[in-house]
Amino acid sequence: MFEVLFLQFLNGLDKGSAYALIALGLTLVFGTLGVVNFAHGALFMFGAFCAVLFRQLLTLETVTLDPEKLSPWGAPVEIRQPLVQAWFGDVGAVLVNYSVPLSLLLSIPVMLIIGIVMERGIIKHFYKRPHAEQILVTFGLAIVFGEIIKAVFGPNPIPQPMPTELRGAADIGAWLGMQPNVITYPLWRLVYFLFALGVIGSVLAFLQFTTFGMVVRAGMADRETVGALGINIDRRFTIMFGIAAVVAGMAGVMYTPLLPPSYTMGMDFLVISFVVVVVGGMGSLPGAIAAGFLLGILQSFASMHQLKAFFPGIDQVIIYLVAVVVLLVLPRGLMGRRGVMEA
Amino acid sequence: MSELKRGPSRRHVLRTGLAGIIASGVAPLAFSRGAWAQEFCNNPTGGTVTFGLNLPLTGAYAEEGADEQKAYELAIQHLNGEGDGGLLNVLKPSALKGNGILGKKVQYVSSDSQTKSDVARAGATRMIERDGAIMITGGSSSGEAIAVQSLCQELGVIFMAGLTHSNDTTGKDKRRYGFRHFFNAYQSGIAIAPVLAEAYGKDRRAYHLTADYTWGWTQEESIKNATEALGWETVQAVRTPLGAADFSQYLTPVLNSGADVLILNHYGNDMVNSLTQAVQFGMRDRQANGKQFEIVVPLFSELMAKGAGENIKGIFGTSNWHWNLPDEGSKAFTKSFGAAYGSPPSQAAHTAYVQALLYADACERAGTFYPPEVIKALEGFEFDGMGNGKTLYRAEDHQCMKSVLVVRGNENPTNQFDVLNVFKEIDRETANYDPAIFGGDLGAAEPVPQCR
Amino acid sequence: MAGIMSRKDATLFIGFAAVVLLLPILAAPFGAAYPDLLQRFMIFGIFAIGFNILFGLTGYLSFGHAAFFGVGSYAAMWSFKLLSLNAIPAILFAVAIAGVFALVIGYLSLRRSGIYFSILTLAFAQMCYSLAYSVLTPITNGETGLRMIRADPRVLDRLFSEAPAGVPVPSLFGISLSGWNGFYFSALFLLATFFLAMRITNSPFGMMLKGIKSNQNRMNYTGFNTRPYALTAFVISGMLAGLAGSLLVVTDPLAGAERMQWTASGEVVLMTILGGVGTLVGPVIGAWLIKYFENIFSSFNDNVLSSFFGFLPDGAREAAVVVAGKFVGEGWHLSLGLLFVLIVVFLPGGIMEGVRRISSAIRRRGGGRHATARGELSPSAAE
Repeated sequence: MFEVLFLQFLNGLDKGSAYALIALGLTLVFGTLGVVNFAHGALFMFGAFCAVLFRQLLTLETVTLDPEKLSPWGAPVEIRQPLVQAWFGDVGAVLVNYSVPLSLLLSIPVMLIIGIVMERGIIKHFYKRPHAEQILVTFGLAIVFGEIIKAVFGPNPIPQPMPTELRGAADIGAWLGMQPNVITYPLWRLVYFLFALGVIGSVLAFLQFTTFGMVVRAGMADRETVGALGINIDRRFTIMFGIAAVVAGMAGVMYTPLLPPSYTMGMDFLVISFVVVVVGGMGSLPGAIAAGFLLGILQSFASMHQLKAFFPGIDQVIIYLVAVVVLLVLPRGLMGRRGVMEA
Repeated sequence: MSELKRGPSRRHVLRTGLAGIIASGVAPLAFSRGAWAQEFCNNPTGGTVTFGLNLPLTGAYAEEGADEQKAYELAIQHLNGEGDGGLLNVLKPSALKGNGILGKKVQYVSSDSQTKSDVARAGATRMIERDGAIMITGGSSSGEAIAVQSLCQELGVIFMAGLTHSNDTTGKDKRRYGFRHFFNAYQSGIAIAPVLAEAYGKDRRAYHLTADYTWGWTQEESIKNATEALGWETVQAVRTPLGAADFSQYLTPVLNSGADVLILNHYGNDMVNSLTQAVQFGMRDRQANGKQFEIVVPLFSELMAKGAGENIKGIFGTSNWHWNLPDEGSKAFTKSFGAAYGSPPSQAAHTAYVQALLYADACERAGTFYPPEVIKALEGFEFDGMGNGKTLYRAEDHQCMKSVLVVRGNENPTNQFDVLNVFKEIDRETANYDPAIFGGDLGAAEPVPQCR
Repeated sequence: MAGIMSRKDATLFIGFAAVVLLLPILAAPFGAAYPDLLQRFMIFGIFAIGFNILFGLTGYLSFGHAAFFGVGSYAAMWSFKLLSLNAIPAILFAVAIAGVFALVIGYLSLRRSGIYFSILTLAFAQMCYSLAYSVLTPITNGETGLRMIRADPRVLDRLFSEAPAGVPVPSLFGISLSGWNGFYFSALFLLATFFLAMRITNSPFGMMLKGIKSNQNRMNYTGFNTRPYALTAFVISGMLAGLAGSLLVVTDPLAGAERMQWTASGEVVLMTILGGVGTLVGPVIGAWLIKYFENIFSSFNDNVLSSFFGFLPDGAREAAVVVAGKFVGEGWHLSLGLLFVLIVVFLPGGIMEGVRRISSAIRRRGGGRHATARGELSPSAAE
């Protein structure tokens, strides 16, 4: 039983790190710009498709048609010659193997541009508008973004293999000196867990220890005063939106091996990410992170059949149940500030 | 129902004029049910007859929907005598002449079902009420199929189901006006169990992860019964929520449960995700009870196999049909579909195409579009050449009885479409079952309900 | 009429009623004049008006109204199955059950405001949906939806007659409610709902609700406990959602869980904002527009498009079909999304604001005559 509980706990931490990572970007945008961004899931999806695009570029092939042979459906057989391998040999093969982590490099500039264009183009006109209108415009954008991805990449999920070295499961039990082959966990999920912790840590450190971060934090607390001090807070907020988009995008890139990306994934992550943010308390970074881990761990334990035997369907509603209980007991979520998003 | 609605000229105007930008006369306000003794819903009076295609064009099954649409377009071309004729040449017996149906040119209207029962019903109703569809076909889930099938029974329009795998479609919820060519979960169980026993031995302990809704439950039950009859033990069957993107919290307990086979009763993106993640848990490299740990996916399609990528390699499942079958019918269909669209057809495309042809053929044999006569022509109809061997449209439950394929993910695909291999063809006698075990009531064909 | 409503309101109501009842003719040029779609126009109009009573007046943005819609559907279906095929008890039962759900959920959710309220309602609705789809299948019939069968008990009907042959159909004292009958039946409820919304908006109760929206704190400081008023609005709007859900079952006898999903709750939000929050007619227009998109735009396949572009030469026609095909047919979601974005960016008050802007532009050009006409009306509006 110990190993079962331990595994569920580990799994909860892992899920929680993913939730916290998504909620982090959402909270950054809300905390700094005061904008409720329903298109945040779509940014996550854009990141995932950066990985798809990168891999497609790496695996571009020259296709020549064999005039002799016909496939069973009557088309000439295609002879495919991968370009990258042809040009770079083994280096090319390594590039293809590591396409997912490498596409982080592609995703950073792409997501930064997407974020800044989105903020300058549309979001900035909504700072003073009611939250309901922010929700609607970003929800509309989320639909549009999903449909664009569908038009370009098609509706079917596109699998993204992870590097061969990171496939399969790690024998954590054996590492800790326990019986081998009892506590095993997918290597990539461990990588993702560490990656999420790293990103969360760097964002917090960035806000804590840089001048830029200090100004942004000051702006989050009192925008007008900071503006009155002659600091161009708007430009910093634009960059903040770009950073939030990058965080969402990188989370999406690294998630692709776990979840073959498709155009519906933006909407799939929308509800859960909002529940996490609200349970944590709108605008509170530590709250979002704590709520992410809390919900991840509870969801993991609620999925055990031993519990489900007593409460049928508990795993389906646990997230919402926790949200209801937390919000009814703590008026502003775990760590929300007074007066934020209550009107 | 009023005269105005029946007029082909109005329908034509609506269809061709982008839903009638040209005004199309006063809408019918009168309600005159049963005014025509020999009349029936959307009796085609002009030179054309209209199929209503209910396809999931958006949502998670959009790829299946797109493939079905291609297949219907192809079938309609062939019925009208265009193209290479496809399966018209190999269907035996066939009353099809390649000049439409009963001399009327076939055309179609379509609707986006979004894989939701409500939307599918709304779409089907539109195609019947406004566009004058004589027959509704398509769909990619059992929820949709059963909802539309009962609607069609109420309106007196024949429904030729597309992708639907639940036992209920031709079991508990069967309808006189609904017909299914696709196979079902029960047949999947019959087909796959002996193959599993042969490949993995009779002393196995299985762990089921099941999508928590009707289809998942029926499949779990069928597979459980079939494997337990062969000596397998079921360790645990756990229900998972529909659309859970991450299944890891359900996969961790499998590891130390004492099971040595994982059976994933998931479909669509759920199956793609759960299989991908299960493989990452190292389940295929694992030893349990001194045996190699195995994963089984009782139902999957080539589109889902593409989504799962290399994780599908070596995985057993069942299929209704596959394009690399060697018989004449399969070859002919693959060839004409490939020539038209540049890729081989999926099983969704196949079942859609065959359903369209079978309906047309039944009308020809009945000599009328009058639904009760068409139903009689389909019930008990025995045919061959459509890629599944000798096939019977069983009269008792409107289920096609034919061979079922056990497929396996291809270890060495030669191209992007070559993701599955046919492992074994289970013949019709073996895949047969008694329709009485699922109960249900077809209802009567007559009096023909008059659509609104 | 003058006794119960102002002249301006009476004009609006009569105009609205005329449009609704003449829809079978008015919608014909748009290809929408068939009973099923017009029924949905009525039903989702009721749903949106009900939602607007909460959101438009009090400002509380509920993301869980689909739950009441779904509960209404299930309740009506159980009434058809257990009691009678008559639509009246089904509707009453559905409205009552939806009211109970709204009371409980509203009582809990209204303890919080802003987005916390939104997430609470969303959480309750998602729980209803998840459970209805899976573990509550004995009550809801899960994926395949709840339907009537001949063998249902229907105790009230059995008192008077034997079970008739054929498929059971909801009726109103023997009159079948499918097709055009169903449309007119639902239209009466839409008009009643519209009338109710109008009365509420102009009543002291409505003023109180608007006060909650503009400044709840001030209301509280003046000694008003606002929560009972907000809760009343919540329950009324939940009951109207239940009414809409029951009417959908009356006209199309199937109750499925998907109509409770969060996207369905989101849809009614979109309808309301698209048409114009807080206006009387706006939500109805938004509902019609979205249902029109969903049912008609999605049906323009390449076939339809190429006959539409038939006047173009071959190459240009194919190009036009490909481009247009991205926006209609399977791409209709894209058009809907773009429309939302455009409307929210340029017309925050929704379509009704557009109508107002256009009419005021015309009035300005038309000169003083209309201005006096407006002047005549304004005192009555203040009544």
